Amino acid sequence: MLYYIFKRVLQVIPVLIGVTLILFILMYIIPEDPARLILQKGATEQALANLREKMGIDKPLYVQYWRYVSGLAKGDLGTSYRYRRPVSDILAEHYPNSIRLALVAIVIEVIIGIFAGIISAVKKYSFWDVLVTISTTLAVCVPVFWLGMMFQVVFGLKLGWLPMSGMGDGSIKYYVLPAITLASVSTAFVARMTRGSMLEVLSNDYITTAYAKGLPEFKVITKHALKNALIPVVTLIGLDLGALMGGAILTETVFSWPGIGRTIYLAVLQRDAPVVVGGTIVLVLIFVAMNLIVDILYAWLDPRIRFEQKELNV
Amino acid sequence: MSFSENNKILEVKNLKTYFYTDGGIVKAVDGVSFDLKVGETLGIVGETGSGKSVTALSILKLIQQPIGKIVGGEIIFDDKNLLKMSKAELQNLRGNKISMIFQDPMTSLNPVYTISNQIMESITTHRKLNKKEAKKECLKLLEMVGIPEAKNRLGSYPYEFSGGMKQRVMIAMAIANSPSVLIADEPTTALDVTIQAQILELMNELKKKTKSSIIIITHDLGVVAKYAKRVMVMYAGKPVEFSVVDDIYYKPLHPYTIGLMSSIARLDKKQEERLTPIEGSPPSLIDLPKGCVFRKRCKFAVEECRKKYPQFVEIEENHWVACHRAGEFLDGSLSRI
Repeated sequence: MLYYIFKRVLQVIPVLIGVTLILFILMYIIPEDPARLILQKGATEQALANLREKMGIDKPLYVQYWRYVSGLAKGDLGTSYRYRRPVSDILAEHYPNSIRLALVAIVIEVIIGIFAGIISAVKKYSFWDVLVTISTTLAVCVPVFWLGMMFQVVFGLKLGWLPMSGMGDGSIKYYVLPAITLASVSTAFVARMTRGSMLEVLSNDYITTAYAKGLPEFKVITKHALKNALIPVVTLIGLDLGALMGGAILTETVFSWPGIGRTIYLAVLQRDAPVVVGGTIVLVLIFVAMNLIVDILYAWLDPRIRFEQKELNV
Repeated sequence: MSFSENNKILEVKNLKTYFYTDGGIVKAVDGVSFDLKVGETLGIVGETGSGKSVTALSILKLIQQPIGKIVGGEIIFDDKNLLKMSKAELQNLRGNKISMIFQDPMTSLNPVYTISNQIMESITTHRKLNKKEAKKECLKLLEMVGIPEAKNRLGSYPYEFSGGMKQRVMIAMAIANSPSVLIADEPTTALDVTIQAQILELMNELKKKTKSSIIIITHDLGVVAKYAKRVMVMYAGKPVEFSVVDDIYYKPLHPYTIGLMSSIARLDKKQEERLTPIEGSPPSLIDLPKGCVFRKRCKFAVEECRKKYPQFVEIEENHWVACHRAGEFLDGSLSRI
């Protein structure tokens, strides 16, 4: 298992090289001069040239890239053009807000999604099943930003129950609307997948065996069916965890949430290349790490995967 | 436990289990009656789709709802009608007083739990034992069903076992609480021939030890001949003949049974003699023909068979049959060939 984890960590390196290269080229071809951006209007040509030299942006692309990558290896993500601060500081400041929001969203997704999925599978074709089917269809179809805005209008503006945007003092009421908005699509997917997977598992012979043992229905479902049914759901949640941890650009922008998604969004608007590249690299790392955690969870859920890993010695 | 007349431990009366499908109502079991005596092994035979397995599942009310439904009849166990029991009473019965072994051991064990976990679950569901005692009990059961090095196999998962071993585990689970009735639904169908014999021998041995009664459901007439005392033959969801093994094998009174017997290879037959198959195929259970269900494949069919279904009657002591012409077979006025 340790060897497996080690191998997976090594696999991150080529991914990172690819990501940095693509981002770097993309930011490089944008016809915007960082020096002008920093010095504002009215700067002399001489001052601009000096700054370009100081920043190293007068060098060819491959030299710049090499400098960036070697800095990255030492944990240096560069300096923001706009704020004149290390990118890592900016990310460290905003990232925790994204994680907090993501965690709340994940909790909503896991609890509501799995619960709704189980209910609609066990009570197939009942009122609850129909309700879940309709609401998940809606949740998937409606664009996230529109849903967020509707929440703002209804619960913030008309009813005045909850704050419309921002983090305020960080109390739970500020989390409610953005977290539900962020979780909406994935909750629907989790509910649907749990339902499908559960229905499939419930028709298995070992479920009949469990009933034949004299187990009550509740235990058959929670012990025998759920663990089997959750295997595909865990993958879905895991991938989603990676995506959510990466900040939610739409949701954070709609709700003016001071997270990493909104930071990157603003950085793109301001042509602040180091923040865009640095932020994205961190997101990629988080995504890969989440995938690894999911794979490990998988092995815990399904002993057959553990066996395969042992056999193949991966 | 008190048992009513003739040591009957289980009595099934006029059981009807239907499945409500899009294509129509499938009368999978339609009027099955039989009784099981204490310590007896009863065989139920019939071809695929004859309602054997559904009969077995109905006894424990394990029919998949809402598609399947037991629409009529009584199942009397220990003077109580099982079909009228509450959920809790039923759960107390399942795996405790009446337990079941299924056809396919490959899919009947939960792949994500260890075998000891699954066996211990059977034990602790019905008996108040702590974990350590249950584990000891589990080990004892595994040794009883002949798992080699049982102690080292407690933590194994089902995929680490072969088919025969899995069926042994299923048997261990089924006998965990020394049930009075053990229902084996084609316990050897999914296994290799050599393993089949081992499993059947094991069940027979355990039966002697635990003094339980066994219902063995199979399409293997050889198995029935060797282990069962009485046999019920089913066709298209209905019982057609029910008697002691020798009667069924040597003087069958229903044309279907007669056909079955001439379609199997027997050592007491001449070598040149060819096996005779039963022509045609079983009817669809959705719209059964009027009259006798076997009529279309029966070479003895007469006008009466078209008009009404023959009653399932006790034509001689302990020999039940549903055929208009059974009397003629019995007194010899009609030849079986």
